[in-house]
Amino acid sequence: MKVYELSVKEARDRLLQREISSRELTLGVLERIREIDPKIHAYLEVSEELAMEQAEEADKRLAKGDNISPLTGIPIAIKDNICAKGVRTTCASRILENFTPPYDATVISHLKQAGAVILGKTNMDEFAMGSSTENSGFQITRNPWNLERIPGGSSGGSAAAVASDMAICALGSDTGGSIRQPASYCSVVGLKPTYGRVSRYGLVAYGSSLDQIGPLTKNVIDAAIVLSAIAGHDPRDSTSVNKPVPDYTSYCREEIEGLRIGVPREYFAEGMDPEVANLVHSAIRRMEEMGAEIVDISLPHTQYAIACYYICAMAEASSNLARYDGAHYGYRAPDTDNIIEMYSKTRAQGFGAEVKRRIMLGTYALSAGYYDAYYLKALRVRTLIKRDFENAFEKVDIVATPVTPTAAFKIGEKITDPLTMYLSDIYTISLNLAGMCGISIPCGFTGGSLPVGLQLIANIFQEDILFRAAYAYEQSTPHHKRKPDI
Amino acid sequence: MKNEKRKMKNEKRKMKNEKRKTENEKRKNEEREMKMDLEPVIGIEIHTELSTKSKIFCGCSTKFGSSPNTQTCPVCLGMPGSLPVLNKTALEYTIRTALALHCEITEHTTFDRKNYYYPDLPKNYQISQNYACLGYNGWIEISSGKGVKRIGIHNVHLEEDAGKNIHPESGDSKEYSLVDLNRAGMPLIEIVSAPDMNGANDAMAYMTIMKNLLQYLEASDCRMQEGHLRFEVNISLKPKDSRRLGTRVEIKNLNSMKVALKSIEYEIERQKEVLESGGEVDQETRLWDEAAGITRTMRTKEFAQDYRYFPEPDLVEIHITPEWREEIRKHLPELQGQKRNRFISQYGLPEYDASILTGNKLLADYYEECVRIHSNPKTASNWIMTELLRELNQKEWEPDTCPVTSAHMGNLIKLMDEGVISGKIGKQVFSEMLDTGKMPGEIIRDKGLAQITSEDEISGIVEAVMKENEGTVEAIRGGRNKAMGFLVGEIMKKSRGKANPKLVNEILKKKIGV
Repeated sequence: MKVYELSVKEARDRLLQREISSRELTLGVLERIREIDPKIHAYLEVSEELAMEQAEEADKRLAKGDNISPLTGIPIAIKDNICAKGVRTTCASRILENFTPPYDATVISHLKQAGAVILGKTNMDEFAMGSSTENSGFQITRNPWNLERIPGGSSGGSAAAVASDMAICALGSDTGGSIRQPASYCSVVGLKPTYGRVSRYGLVAYGSSLDQIGPLTKNVIDAAIVLSAIAGHDPRDSTSVNKPVPDYTSYCREEIEGLRIGVPREYFAEGMDPEVANLVHSAIRRMEEMGAEIVDISLPHTQYAIACYYICAMAEASSNLARYDGAHYGYRAPDTDNIIEMYSKTRAQGFGAEVKRRIMLGTYALSAGYYDAYYLKALRVRTLIKRDFENAFEKVDIVATPVTPTAAFKIGEKITDPLTMYLSDIYTISLNLAGMCGISIPCGFTGGSLPVGLQLIANIFQEDILFRAAYAYEQSTPHHKRKPDI
Repeated sequence: MKNEKRKMKNEKRKMKNEKRKTENEKRKNEEREMKMDLEPVIGIEIHTELSTKSKIFCGCSTKFGSSPNTQTCPVCLGMPGSLPVLNKTALEYTIRTALALHCEITEHTTFDRKNYYYPDLPKNYQISQNYACLGYNGWIEISSGKGVKRIGIHNVHLEEDAGKNIHPESGDSKEYSLVDLNRAGMPLIEIVSAPDMNGANDAMAYMTIMKNLLQYLEASDCRMQEGHLRFEVNISLKPKDSRRLGTRVEIKNLNSMKVALKSIEYEIERQKEVLESGGEVDQETRLWDEAAGITRTMRTKEFAQDYRYFPEPDLVEIHITPEWREEIRKHLPELQGQKRNRFISQYGLPEYDASILTGNKLLADYYEECVRIHSNPKTASNWIMTELLRELNQKEWEPDTCPVTSAHMGNLIKLMDEGVISGKIGKQVFSEMLDTGKMPGEIIRDKGLAQITSEDEISGIVEAVMKENEGTVEAIRGGRNKAMGFLVGEIMKKSRGKANPKLVNEILKKKIGV
C-alpha cells in the first residue's frame, strides 16, 4: 500500500507507531499530486513549502510525544474559499486572483493547532456557486472515476483530490449540497455539519445563513476525526453555537439495532435515475437487515425547496459579494474614468457568468416592491421546510435519501442550462434550509461504474447518530474500499 | 331686577366677544394678505458616535486622530470571510439612550444590512437596524416659545459608521482619492425624531437638549470637531391650519448644530419663496454647501436609493429580557434635572446657578471637580459662570478642552480664599492661565503677584501716599470721609494691586486718625 492511499486513521496509526513520518507521508502525497493532478486539475495551488514545514514540525511533536492530536502530521487539502494566512485564497474567481488573506480562518487555526499539514487550495465553482466545478474561473476539474465527467460541486476539487488519493482528507463547504453532492459523485464521504457546529470565520461567504464547513474523507471514521478537530464555538462567529464537542469517533460502532430510519416519499420522485434509486433502496434495505426500522415519512414542502433556496442564497450572495468592487483588494479593471465605471467594469470583468446571474437574481429579490413577494415569502417557506424535518424527527432518528437524482454528468452537459443544473440539488438543499446535518456515503456504482451516494440526515446537533448509522452501513459494504483507476 | 342685570351683563359680554372676534379675523386677514401663513414641519435624524473603547463589531480601538488605517482589522476592513461580533457595551449604551428618551424597547432586536456602494463602506453594505430597531415610540420635552413642547422619537437604533474618503485637491493628486477606514465600524446611534418641530428655534432646542442628554448618559462625548454628532433634517412647509403635510426635502451632510441650524433657516426661506411664488417643492435630497451657505440638490426622487434592507445573517437575534432592560434602567446615570436639584441641596447654589452649571454635563463635571479641590461652591459657581463661560462661548471650547482646567480653577479660588491674591489679581492670573496653561501658583510666583500682607510694607506705601496727598489727608481729618476711597485707590495703584485691601484700610484709618 502506498502512503498516499492511507486514510486518516490508518496514517495516524502508522505515525504513532513510528512506521512512517509525516515528512514521508507528505512527500508521498505531494508526489502523487505531481503525478495525477495534471489529469484531474483538483488543486488551484499546492503550498509545498508550507506543507513540508508543517510536516517537519509535526514530526518533532510526534517524536517528543507531546501535544499530539488525531490530525498531527496528516496532509489535508483546503477548498479555496477558506482563508489561510499567507496562502492565496481566490474562491476560483478572477476577482480575487491576487488576494492573499492576512489571517487564518478559525478552522485553519484549529488544524494548525492540531498539527495538520496543509497541502494547498482546491478548485471549486466560483464563490461556491455551482454543482459541477465547471464555474471555476481558472480550470475544470475532472471526476477521477471518469475523466469525461464532472466531479460535482462546488467542492469538486476537494472531493476529486480525496478520491484520487491526492490528499488524505479535505475540507469543503456546503451551502446547498456542495460537500455531499461531489462526495457522492466521487465515492468519498462528505459531511455537512449542523449550522453553527463549525465556525464560519474565514470562510468566504456565499449564503451566510446556509454555509457550513465540513470534511471530505475516505471513510466515515475519518470524517468523525476531522469534525472533532474543527467543530466548536468560536467567539468570532456569532452564529456558531456553544455546545461541547464530543469525540465523534466514539459513535462509530457497528450496530444500528432499533434505529428508526425515515424514508421520505417525496425524495424518490420523477426525474430520478432508476439505477440510482435502486442503489439507494438497496442501501436502505441493507440497513433494515442490520436491525434498523424503516418508516415511511413525508416532507410535504420539499417541492418548494429549490425556489426557496435560490431566493435565500442569492439574496444573501448579492450582498455578500458587493465588497468585490476593486476599491480595496483583488482585481481592479484598468483605465476607468470614474468610480461607477470602476465598479461596473471590475465586476463585469472579474466575475463569471453564474456569479453575475446569482447577484442579479438576488438583487432583484431584495428590491423595493419585490422583497415581500420573494424574500419574505422564501423565509416563510424556509420555516415550513424546517418544520417538516422537525415533525419527521419526532417519529424517526434519521432520514435516508438519495444525494442526487443521477450519477455524475458529463462536462458541458448542463452548463448552458442553469435551471437543470439547479434541479440537480433537489435532495441536498432542504437540510441547509432547515439547518440539519447530513452525510453522503458511497452506496454503490452504476452499470457505467459511476459512484452513487446515500444521504443520511439527522436533527440539529445529532451528528452522533449520523456517524453511528453511516459507520455501521459503511462497514457492511465494500464500496468505500474501491479506488478509481486513473 | 336680578335677571335684568344678568341679561345686560351677558349682552355686554357678547358684544365684547364679538368685537374681539372681528379684531382677530381682521388681524388674520391682514397676515394672510401680507404673506401665506406657512409653518415649517421639521424632523431630525441625529447620528451619534458612541464612546465605547472598541468598535461595534471588532476589537479595534475607537481613539480619534490616529494615522489613517492604523485602527483596522479584517473585520472592519470588510475582508472576505470576516464576521461581525456585536459589542455589548454599544448595545447597552443604545438601550440606555432609548430608555432615557422614554422609548419602548424591542424585546427581540435584530440587525439588517443596508446595501449601497461607496468606497468608505468596505463591505458595500452597512450593518444597521431597520425591521426591529432597539427603541421606538419615545419622546423628549424641549422648551419652545410657547412653553414646554413634546417631540416624538420615532426610533432609536444602532449601526456601524463608515470610513472617510479623502480627495486631494491640488495638482496631479486629483487623479485619485484616498480612503481612511479608522472610523469604519465605529458604533453609531441613530435617533429619528417625529416631524414635531415647527421652526429653527424648536430644532435648535431639540439638538441642544439631545447633545446634553447624550453627554449625561455617558453614551457619547458629542465632540463636534471629531464628528461625534451629525444631523439629517427633513423639512417641509404647510399652511398653519392645515393638517396635510407639504412635500418633504431631506438635507444631508450636516456636521454640527450650527450648520444644521443654518441649513434649516435657509431651507425654510427657500421653500417659502418657491411656494409663495406659486411653485411646488420637489421631493428630493439636498446637500448643505457650507462655503456658499446654501442647500443644493443631491438627488431627486427618481434617483432615490433602494437600500434593499434584509436581515443580517451573520448576527443572531438579541433577546433583551425585561430583567436586563430594568437593570439598565436602574443604572441610568444622573440626568440633568437630578443633578440640578442635587447642586441646589448639596452646594447651596441658587436655582439659576444650578441650571446654568448643569446645562452642559461637562461643565457640571468641571464644577464638581473644582469644588472637590477647594470647597467654595458659590465662588466657584461665580467664576465658572462669568470668566470661564465667556471664554468657552467665545472660543467654542468644551469645558474639558479649555486650557484652564478644573484643577487650575480650583487652585485659583483656593489662593484667593487664602488671601494670597485678591480677586482683581485673580482675573489677571486667569487670563495668564488661558494663554499659557500654567498653574496659578506658578504664575503668581513668576510674576510676583502675591498679595502684600506685611503691615510694615503696607505702612510704608500708606505713608508715601499720605505725603503725596497732604491736602486730601487734611480734608479727611476735617470730616470729608468720602475722600478715603481716593487714597485707598492710590495706595492700591502704588502696590500694583497687590496690597491686601483690608489691611490698607485699617492702616490708613489708623494713620489718619479717624
